[in-house]
Amino acid sequence: MEGQLAHIGAGLAGLGTGLAALGVGNVAANYLAGALRNPSAAASQTATLFIGIAFAEALGIFSFLVALLLMFAV
Amino acid sequence: MATDTHAAGHAADAVSAPGMPQLDFSNWGNQIFWLLITLVVIYFVLSRIALPRIAAVLAERQGTITNDIAAAEELKAKAGEAEEAYNKALLDARAEAQRIVAETKAEIQAELDAATAKADAEIAAKASESEKAIAEIRAGAVESIREVAADTANEIVAALGGKADAKSVTAAVEARMKG
Amino acid sequence: MASEVHGADEGGLVFHPMDQFELKSFFGDGPIGMFTITNATVWMALAVVCIVAMMVFGSSRRAVIPSRAQSIAELAYGFIYKMVEDVAGKDAVKFFPYIMTLFMFIVFANFLGLIPMAFTTTSHFAVTVVLALLVFVTVTAVGFVKNGAKFLALFWVSSAPLALRPVLAVIEIISYFVRPVSHSIRLAGNVMAGHAVIKVFAAFAAALVVNEIPTAVGAIVTPLSILGITALYALEVLVAFIQAYVFAILTCVYLRDALHPSH
Repeated sequence: MEGQLAHIGAGLAGLGTGLAALGVGNVAANYLAGALRNPSAAASQTATLFIGIAFAEALGIFSFLVALLLMFAV
Repeated sequence: MATDTHAAGHAADAVSAPGMPQLDFSNWGNQIFWLLITLVVIYFVLSRIALPRIAAVLAERQGTITNDIAAAEELKAKAGEAEEAYNKALLDARAEAQRIVAETKAEIQAELDAATAKADAEIAAKASESEKAIAEIRAGAVESIREVAADTANEIVAALGGKADAKSVTAAVEARMKG
Repeated sequence: MASEVHGADEGGLVFHPMDQFELKSFFGDGPIGMFTITNATVWMALAVVCIVAMMVFGSSRRAVIPSRAQSIAELAYGFIYKMVEDVAGKDAVKFFPYIMTLFMFIVFANFLGLIPMAFTTTSHFAVTVVLALLVFVTVTAVGFVKNGAKFLALFWVSSAPLALRPVLAVIEIISYFVRPVSHSIRLAGNVMAGHAVIKVFAAFAAALVVNEIPTAVGAIVTPLSILGITALYALEVLVAFIQAYVFAILTCVYLRDALHPSH
């Protein structure tokens, strides 16, 4: 029973990765909108884009990790 | 996955260490030891050999490019100078040609003027000579007419039985000549 | 493949997405001690060999007009050098070999890990935590050596209202100490997630040859799974590079904070 609960929890934690995908998409979408409005400034901001994506994705990876821990380590 | 060669040992591993291999802390010492060796090797290879060499190559290339650009600029300037000199020579030649043309024209004009003047003078001289001759002839003719007229008058008067007064005949001829 | 071995043992589709991360002794099946040569050791050594081949032998001719190998080495050099200069500032250039080392190791470990049957060293927290802690310790040491006590201004946000500053200071300090955690888990998590998902698809790809599953179902599932593996593999190639780039650029960002804590 406990193992099954852990699997349910892992599934719930997996939702976090999807939500992180929303966040990453948001970062990329806003970057694209800004880049289309001012294309000359776009190239200088790609580093910032990747930093933003990395921070947003890190949290999704955390929830993925929680899912893995529930699946395999608990 | 390198499990094919270790398939026999695998089943035992799967039983003894389920779950995430990443959280098997007994392995961490081994991985960290080899990782540190790897990083040190990479660091020394990069910082002692690779990076200075690439930096030198890049600097050399930059230098070559800069030199080439400078040489190209120089050649371009030289070409510009040459073009300028050519244009100048062209202008000079054109001016010289125009000068020569003008000079020749002036010379010819002068010669022409001189010849014309000379011809004019000769013509004038000849004309005046002719006029003089004509005047002489005319004067001679007038004199002859006067003499002939006086003689004729004397003869006529004599034929009529008169005695012609030379003085009055001459006066009469003069009067008729003027009229 | 291992899943087939398991399949023979247990029957049906069997998922062992984490088996590929298992550390094993490379010569024989002995226990893993501190200095045992493991599959991780071998793949790290391969990464070193690749880096030496690319950066040292690639540039060995020192040609002004570069060969293909030399252009790749120069491209990598220019890419990281420009990133360090742009993100961390001109005075961070002396840390360039250090950041280059991190980047080259991670990028080669990631790409070598994408070879089928390979072991991905960067999927292990032991590796990424050490990498992140090295950065954390370096950055903190540089911050204190360069700026002394002024380095603490990083946590005291002078542009915020005075009443908020202590609260912000607590948040800043927590976020500062979370940095190595997120820095390491991001890399290992991304790599591990991609490889595990590919492995799950690989288990589905066996549907056609598993007796318990009807052939009609397998005929649909297997091609779809192979397509999925292909697509994920392409994504993983992208992720392998982007994660190395992100790791290096975050190192640069942290370094900038250490060198110029005032902003």
